[in-house]
Amino acid sequence: MPYRITPEDRQYVEEFRACPIGRHSAGLGRVLNTLRRDMSGRQLVLLTLTPFKEWALAWLPARRGDAVVIKHNRIFTSREEAEWAVFCRRWEQHTGERIQ
Amino acid sequence: MLKLLGYSDKISVAPGETIAFKVSAPDSDRYRARLVRVVHGDVNPDGPGLKMLAVPSAIDGEYAGRAQAIDAGSYMRAEGLPPSGATGWTLFCMIWPTLLDRTEQTIAARWDAAAETGFRLTLRQDGELSLVLGFGPGRDRNFALPAHVLERAWYALRLSLDAEAGTVTLEQAPLRPHAFATDGARSEQPLGGMPPVLPTTLHLAGVPLPDASVGAHYNGKIDSPMLLDGVHGLDAYWRLLAGGNDPALVARWDFAHDMAGTIARDIGPHGRHGALAHLPARAMKGWNWTGEFHDWRQRPEQYGAIHFHEDDLYDAGWDSDFALTIPEDLRSGAYAVHLSCGENTRYETKDEYLPFYVRPPRTSAARGQRPPIAFLAPVAAYVAYANDSQVIVSREAEMGMGRLLNVQHADMFLHDHAEYGASLYDKHADGSGVCYSSRLRPVLNMRPRHHSWLGGHGSGLWQYNADTHILDWLEHLGVDYDVVTDEDLHHDGPELLADYRVVLSGTHPEYHSTAMWDTLKAWQDRGGRLMYLGGNGWYWRIAFHRALPGVIEVRRAEDGIRTWEAEPGEYHHSFNGEFGGLWRRVGRPPNLMTGQGFIAQGFDISSYYRRAPDADNPRAAFIFADVRDEIIGDFGLVGGGAAGLELDCMNFRLGTPPNALRLATSENHTELVLLVNEEFTVVPPNLGGDQNDRVRADLTFYETPSGGAVFSVGSIAWCGSLSHNGYDNNVARITGNVLRRFADTAPFPIAG
Repeated sequence: MPYRITPEDRQYVEEFRACPIGRHSAGLGRVLNTLRRDMSGRQLVLLTLTPFKEWALAWLPARRGDAVVIKHNRIFTSREEAEWAVFCRRWEQHTGERIQ
Repeated sequence: MLKLLGYSDKISVAPGETIAFKVSAPDSDRYRARLVRVVHGDVNPDGPGLKMLAVPSAIDGEYAGRAQAIDAGSYMRAEGLPPSGATGWTLFCMIWPTLLDRTEQTIAARWDAAAETGFRLTLRQDGELSLVLGFGPGRDRNFALPAHVLERAWYALRLSLDAEAGTVTLEQAPLRPHAFATDGARSEQPLGGMPPVLPTTLHLAGVPLPDASVGAHYNGKIDSPMLLDGVHGLDAYWRLLAGGNDPALVARWDFAHDMAGTIARDIGPHGRHGALAHLPARAMKGWNWTGEFHDWRQRPEQYGAIHFHEDDLYDAGWDSDFALTIPEDLRSGAYAVHLSCGENTRYETKDEYLPFYVRPPRTSAARGQRPPIAFLAPVAAYVAYANDSQVIVSREAEMGMGRLLNVQHADMFLHDHAEYGASLYDKHADGSGVCYSSRLRPVLNMRPRHHSWLGGHGSGLWQYNADTHILDWLEHLGVDYDVVTDEDLHHDGPELLADYRVVLSGTHPEYHSTAMWDTLKAWQDRGGRLMYLGGNGWYWRIAFHRALPGVIEVRRAEDGIRTWEAEPGEYHHSFNGEFGGLWRRVGRPPNLMTGQGFIAQGFDISSYYRRAPDADNPRAAFIFADVRDEIIGDFGLVGGGAAGLELDCMNFRLGTPPNALRLATSENHTELVLLVNEEFTVVPPNLGGDQNDRVRADLTFYETPSGGAVFSVGSIAWCGSLSHNGYDNNVARITGNVLRRFADTAPFPIAG
């Protein structure tokens, strides 16, 4: 049985917010591996719209060649900003808790 | 998303030679082209930025745009076949299907697409063997077997048309029967009329379509196809396979012949050889492979299969738009044709670069006096990664990257266009590994300005574009240098490097043929000075094709960091028979060339080096002449440090010379920088750089017995730190010190 997020993992949220890409504690690493696991066959990716300026999220389909869904509703101005937004979304999916 | 695409017929051209460019502009009537010298392709605003120097040339101007398509998918075509026999005809073959999730896959066809006459033997959805007989437009008759083949299982197939009895027989016999299985069947059905008129051309693994392309490709192996006059049962096939003959034989293609060629030999009485298009995989074990022999050269008769794929591609075959004859006085270096049809937007890229290199003249008389320094452009590695599609098809890679997978317009384009071909890292649609890669197609990740998902946080550079960090550094130093490529090294031999005291590698020179390895080593052994400015170099053995330009082969054998693995028994190159895989597995670890070998990889962030005691060795004094720092490279465009992505370290047991100095070693890597799998047997729990001190890059220097020397940085990210603070930093000073000393004529001391 893969790991499941527990209430004790709440301590890692601020660690991630402070450093979305970089050196992480072992505890945060386990949380991220859990959140980043997606059994749907789809893949959430970060699409560069304007290099080093603008990014959007996009869903790659389970089957290559099917339509890619670009999330036009939010444009990110840094990769770290997108990482945090995705972390919040996945955290809520796993724990039911909304964090912002 | 991409509005201009293109490629050139050559990657390395000498003055006086001509290079042709092929362009597709699917939505533009006009586009502009201009020649540029490539200096720096990294558009990261934290670095020097894009530097492309305009070089006025004869090709500068405006051109008419037109769309050019790619017709991917491998197949065999044999022409000149006789009309069907008066009493009927029979087709035999062995198949090993690998992808059943397709509507229609053509195993064999004699089909006139315009007249809609002939036959098509196909696999329909879920592996149902079916036959279409065509009698003219809209007049087809369809037959099918009430059975379904299994993926990756061998079947003997028979298709017989009995003209006298007016029947058609389909039969599939599994070579390995299973209890309760329903994958074998035989069915004889009334023809319902006269036999169809057969065209004189036979296709295997594809069928001609009305638009003159070849489609409905078959994914899987075909072995021992035969055509006979008259009606015969499978017993006749077994007799022929056992070495017998039959006067009714019309053609019998033996794929165990000419393994490196593009001809499928007809060993029947008439020699109606087939032509193989788009490099289907050869040297594939056949239906009769026993497992006792693993080298196809020892038992070619057990390697009579060809593996066809719907997404095989060798040459896109586009028409040329313009050609450039290299002026005699054009400096050797990296160049590109810059194409443009408008302003780029969030969702459309409307310009493109088609890169190539100008090498020195080919004759020694024309070469004259050369600079002492050459950059060896690792185009074999560029081609190995050509159109790498892992980012769009792999799942859960985000965990290993430690960040969201960052895709670009080019990746989105490839998602929708598998016909542009794959890299040696990809799998075909059927899950088998891609073992051939060619540059005769638009290679979307071999470009200035390209941002790669693999290239670390920050600039995100990989291969071609990462290597422009080296070019800009050389231009900054004002150093004169030549550029030669892996293809030149492979084809030219030792004469290519005879003029140079110093050879600079790229940041990730991972793929080398035997000729490349031997030539560079011979130059090194004669006193050449190698500056290995990257990581994970001299890792995979490859083969170039003897006749087809621009294509390489790899077999992901045994072990190593692999995204697919070769099937047992398929470890030998088809191009030359060599045992493929890691150079380390054939007695030539990278340590013999660079003093180091691959040890770890991770793609999140980079780290720094700490000065080691050998830095104070008098032999290394020239390297640290103006560097007193304990910490080296704690900055950079690639992951924020000089030690990152893929790391190499010294290992005396693997061939690092005993006189090698460990000048510095990286540390403090993250938990996602992991030990490579050829470095352990039983999997240890401490694979990451946060717990394993073997996860490190070494900075290495040693002298060679002939007065030469080697300097190795052991990290792909090193060159991303060169430009920090306007090229005034300890990474740039160390690298510059080495370059100046290596370019000096004075030999390095070898004793005392």
